[in-house]
Amino acid sequence: MAIKVLKPGLATTVQDLGRPGYYHIGIPLSGGMDRHALAAANLLVGNEEGAAVLEAVFMGPELEFTDDALVAITGAELPPKLDGEPRETWTSFKVKRGQKLSFDFLKQGARGYIAIAGGIDVPLVLGSRSTYALGALGGFKGRKLEAGDELPIGKAGAAVRDGRTVAKELRGLPAAMPTELRVMPGLYWHRITETAGVGFFGDTWKVAPEADRIGYRFKGGKPLEFVPREPPFGAGSDPSNITDACYPYGSIQVPGGTEPIVLHRDAVSGGGYFMVGTVIAADMDLIGQLQPNTPVKFVKVGMDEALAARKSRAGLLGKLRSALLA
Amino acid sequence: MQTRFSYGGDEHIFAEVAESMSLEAFFKGLFVTNAVRDARIKGVTEICPANASYQVKFDPDQIKPDDLLAELKRLDSASETSAPVIKTRIIEIPVLYNDPWTHETLMRFRERHQDPNGTDLEYAARINGLDGVDAFIKAHSSAPWFVSMVGFVAGLPFLYQMVERQRQIQAPKYLRPRTDTPKLTVGHGGCFSCIYSVRGAGGYQMFGITPMPIYDPNQKISYLRDFMCLFKPGDIVKWKPIDRAAYDAAVADVDAGRFAPVIRDVSFSLTEFNNDIDAYNRKLEGVLHGN
Repeated sequence: MAIKVLKPGLATTVQDLGRPGYYHIGIPLSGGMDRHALAAANLLVGNEEGAAVLEAVFMGPELEFTDDALVAITGAELPPKLDGEPRETWTSFKVKRGQKLSFDFLKQGARGYIAIAGGIDVPLVLGSRSTYALGALGGFKGRKLEAGDELPIGKAGAAVRDGRTVAKELRGLPAAMPTELRVMPGLYWHRITETAGVGFFGDTWKVAPEADRIGYRFKGGKPLEFVPREPPFGAGSDPSNITDACYPYGSIQVPGGTEPIVLHRDAVSGGGYFMVGTVIAADMDLIGQLQPNTPVKFVKVGMDEALAARKSRAGLLGKLRSALLA
Repeated sequence: MQTRFSYGGDEHIFAEVAESMSLEAFFKGLFVTNAVRDARIKGVTEICPANASYQVKFDPDQIKPDDLLAELKRLDSASETSAPVIKTRIIEIPVLYNDPWTHETLMRFRERHQDPNGTDLEYAARINGLDGVDAFIKAHSSAPWFVSMVGFVAGLPFLYQMVERQRQIQAPKYLRPRTDTPKLTVGHGGCFSCIYSVRGAGGYQMFGITPMPIYDPNQKISYLRDFMCLFKPGDIVKWKPIDRAAYDAAVADVDAGRFAPVIRDVSFSLTEFNNDIDAYNRKLEGVLHGN
């Protein structure tokens, strides 16, 4: 069985839970930016949690099915239509051979996850089916989908019933505005003044148009003032330069001290800009659902709070599993 | 050198061996990360050496952050070594300096450059006190370079020039990064040269282009069949300036599957290197050419 891509959407890619183990040579994790939504979509159609799905950003694709299938759309509020008839997000539904799946305009969030029972069966590359477009690696031919592509679908496991849904409180989406992203200060935090540090956490930032799978840029806060220094050999003359080093996932670099960039699943693995800290792992999914212009506050936390948030996020996934695997 | 440790969120420990780049700092990071790999610590998922720092990614559900930090500090202080020696490779990389493709690109992004009226090569020659582009190319290509980090994007090597600090080429990055860089561009920023493994954004000065692929996700290129990235930290690179005819011939050889890179095994001693840099580099070049 296969699905035909009639229209590709804006930047639709095949993603699973990623490709760990190669960051030391510059190949990032990749995988769904909202991993919770990706897992939910898979569980709704009876797949393994980490099966390959389609990640559509801002705009959905148009797909034609060559066989009957069970499908679920999660993540962003990207309303699905089957042969033009509306269907619910976060709810599995049947598709008949020859039917077309399309999408209405994005209502909320940024990334929708389209799971099909059996999973997208592109080849495993370095242990994952995720697309790393910058390196032309994995996914469907190492790139975003194009019209005319035919995606192979794997054999579905034990059939699950359609019409199952994920309760609102189990969806793990950003709640209030402004969205709060919890940050552990560190790395090169000492490079900015105390006043700049207070401003960073006090200001409301907005998602800039330059926001993609590599990183999310933010603007609108006060520029950060640096502690004066003699540039270390190899770093470069700008006060925001460091001797090129590794970048953690979620790390916040601020080139020139002006616009913070949070690195995401397709992160560049290193470079020469200082970082003020790191968004905690539990809040990374939320970033994947932020549209440009969304207001954001960075909230300072320590390791204990980060681990508690991690536990709580894992608990949410646990509840999702109990609800859908029962 | 006293390594500075910091958590990078709940999943990373970042360690800065030194603020400044030096081969001593690089070797320290390389030896610690090798020790971390050999220790097979439960919960450690990524071990990344960098120029003068390193990073370990971990799963805090499997190991407590403070326990891992204590273990890293122990391995870091145990790996002090005064006379590092490594077994590595020396690789010859042909370069067409002043090529038409990086030239077209640098003209397209001229308003983002420190010197809008010249080229990147002319600018780099001037600020390094060298008499013109030819003298600059000679300075860039006469001594070997050390791969002190692999990353940014897939398989991209950061290269550190193996000469005394006062002779090292330095150049700032573009004022604002370009949105485009040709694949296989030889670039330079700060004290590091690099080879852009893929086409994309970049801020380094552009000096030339190599016909020799260094990353192949399809693993079709003969010397990239075993693994898709050529470089490992610790490799040594020697640039070989070539002309347009040699460049075209090399591209044709790559396309026909008959391009054979010059790669030799070599042992590198930091102490012997520091004792007489020029003599040691001549010895390395001898290994490259089978003397």
